[in-house]
Amino acid sequence: MAFIELSNISKVYGTTTVVEKVNLEAEKGEFISFLGPSGCGKTTTLRMVAGFEQPNTGSITLDGADITYLPPRQRNIGMVFQSYALFPNMTVGQNIGFGLQTRKLPKEEIKQKVDEMLAMVHLESHIDKYPYQLSGGQQQRIALARALAINPAVLLLDEPLSALDAKIRVELRLEIRRIQQTMGITTIYVTHDQEEAMLLSDRVVVMSQGHVEQIGPPSRIYNYPATEFVAQFVGQLNLLPVSAVDMASATCTVAGHTIRFETSVARELSESPRLAIRPEELQIGFPAAGEEANTLSGEIASVLFLGAIVRLRVLVNGVLITADIFNERNITFPRAGDEIVLNFSKHACWLI
Amino acid sequence: MKRTSFWSWFWVAIGSLYFFLPLLSTFDFSLRAKKGVLTFIAYENVFKDPQFWSTIRFSLVIALFTVIFSILLVVPTVYWIRLRLPQLRMLVEFISMLSYVIPAIVLVFGLIRVFSGAPFHLTNSYFGTYVLLVAAYVVLTLPFVFRAIDTGMSAIDVRALTEAAQSLGAGRGTILFRVIFPNLRVAILSSVFLTLATVIGEYTMASFIVGIKAFGPYMSLIGQNKTYESSSITIISFTMTWALMMVIQVFNRDKTKRSSLSGVR
Repeated sequence: MAFIELSNISKVYGTTTVVEKVNLEAEKGEFISFLGPSGCGKTTTLRMVAGFEQPNTGSITLDGADITYLPPRQRNIGMVFQSYALFPNMTVGQNIGFGLQTRKLPKEEIKQKVDEMLAMVHLESHIDKYPYQLSGGQQQRIALARALAINPAVLLLDEPLSALDAKIRVELRLEIRRIQQTMGITTIYVTHDQEEAMLLSDRVVVMSQGHVEQIGPPSRIYNYPATEFVAQFVGQLNLLPVSAVDMASATCTVAGHTIRFETSVARELSESPRLAIRPEELQIGFPAAGEEANTLSGEIASVLFLGAIVRLRVLVNGVLITADIFNERNITFPRAGDEIVLNFSKHACWLI
Repeated sequence: MKRTSFWSWFWVAIGSLYFFLPLLSTFDFSLRAKKGVLTFIAYENVFKDPQFWSTIRFSLVIALFTVIFSILLVVPTVYWIRLRLPQLRMLVEFISMLSYVIPAIVLVFGLIRVFSGAPFHLTNSYFGTYVLLVAAYVVLTLPFVFRAIDTGMSAIDVRALTEAAQSLGAGRGTILFRVIFPNLRVAILSSVFLTLATVIGEYTMASFIVGIKAFGPYMSLIGQNKTYESSSITIISFTMTWALMMVIQVFNRDKTKRSSLSGVR
């Protein structure tokens, strides 16, 4: 039996179904992310695990015990909020010690644990400061330390980095992963940032409109999206109209070119199938040879410099295709109007 | 530039005169109990009067209980409304304002009519009248106590703090007394001082329910019977109220310092 199990949980507010039949099994020590656009039900699902909401149907078990209707304070779950939610009237030390105090632990033990937690988040010198004296990033570290001080069975994080600026966000997410790994704590992380989800997680749960679209390791989610939603939501994706499909030879026609595609993942095709390919899989310039190579030729419509990558928009017989190439210091940019050849392997593309 | 500054000072001066002139005249008058000399004898008389001390002590005790009960009533109510029943906020705010709309004289007659009969019989004992007076004052001060607490509560993220405390194992009592109350310190203090200032000088309800025992009716009695002492007592009660207001200001300043600091993140 898995450490945490969500079985068929649904949540309805009035006539709107916010979460619909969500199933999830997480092993001990696993880092799981709920990823999806706002309003997809990821936060509500997390809040049901925390006990702040109760599902209308379904059950939640933790380490074999049914906790579906258990009040939050009896669940032994650590929670980190987007707004930090530190107690403004308490010092950093008192904040971290709060959960231990409610458990009526002896003073020396609390002090020892507080010191240990502060060392873990590298804020030892701030023990007597008040939250308003700290920066946002420091406050969130304290909130993390506070949640972990009680030795929770599960750590829940609700968009913990959304209120921080980009640089701190990148720093802190590595910190979160490091601490999670050292403590080996089972973690559920809610985010709308796919980079964050992929970087941090062992498995990602992609959600949309209240239901789970796909559960899997980040690379699986990215390379083999199970649904059109996942394909489009995670990463960039070209979806090219297909005029003729021959499943027997696994070829189709795109903008006047014959394209070989991969059929390893069998999937039912929609009425008007499209060819899916990630922009970074397209190579420019040299025509590739061999059985597995595909070629499209067209004209560059625009060139966008994004720093690490350069994004080309290419018109192939009226179909606009995006191709990403890596930047180099001595790069000569292609220009709008240039004729160009795009190459890609048959393993890079699939039909949706 | 100069022009603006002249006119703004001009209006400040007019406003100050309007405000301070009667006060200064009263003060001046209170010093003229003896012909031809300025003397504090009227103040001495007031301070020597045991009834001054007994009435002011009585009113302070009543004010203290009013403060305790109104805070214990309003803080959990506002907390619960913010957390669970936001749709009731308008209704409760309306109810809290009713004592503004209903004149105190009407309120006090209603109270006596209802609570002197069965099953309450509150007017049959002194203790009963004290209870009735405190209850009446809780209603009377509800508008600003509710406002102050509600504003204070809007400044903190009640929901997130509650949930954080819950997940850390805190029960309702712990959350209210260790998280919510301490973070409303400024709001509670200002409602405490406003309540004190109101209750100490209140006349209508006090005179009908407990009579001359309270400071309000005592002031009125002095005003009717003694010429110079009535002015001195006016000055004394003014000074007391101002002292309270200044205490509020000090605490409010403390708050603004904190919030401006937290703004620099």
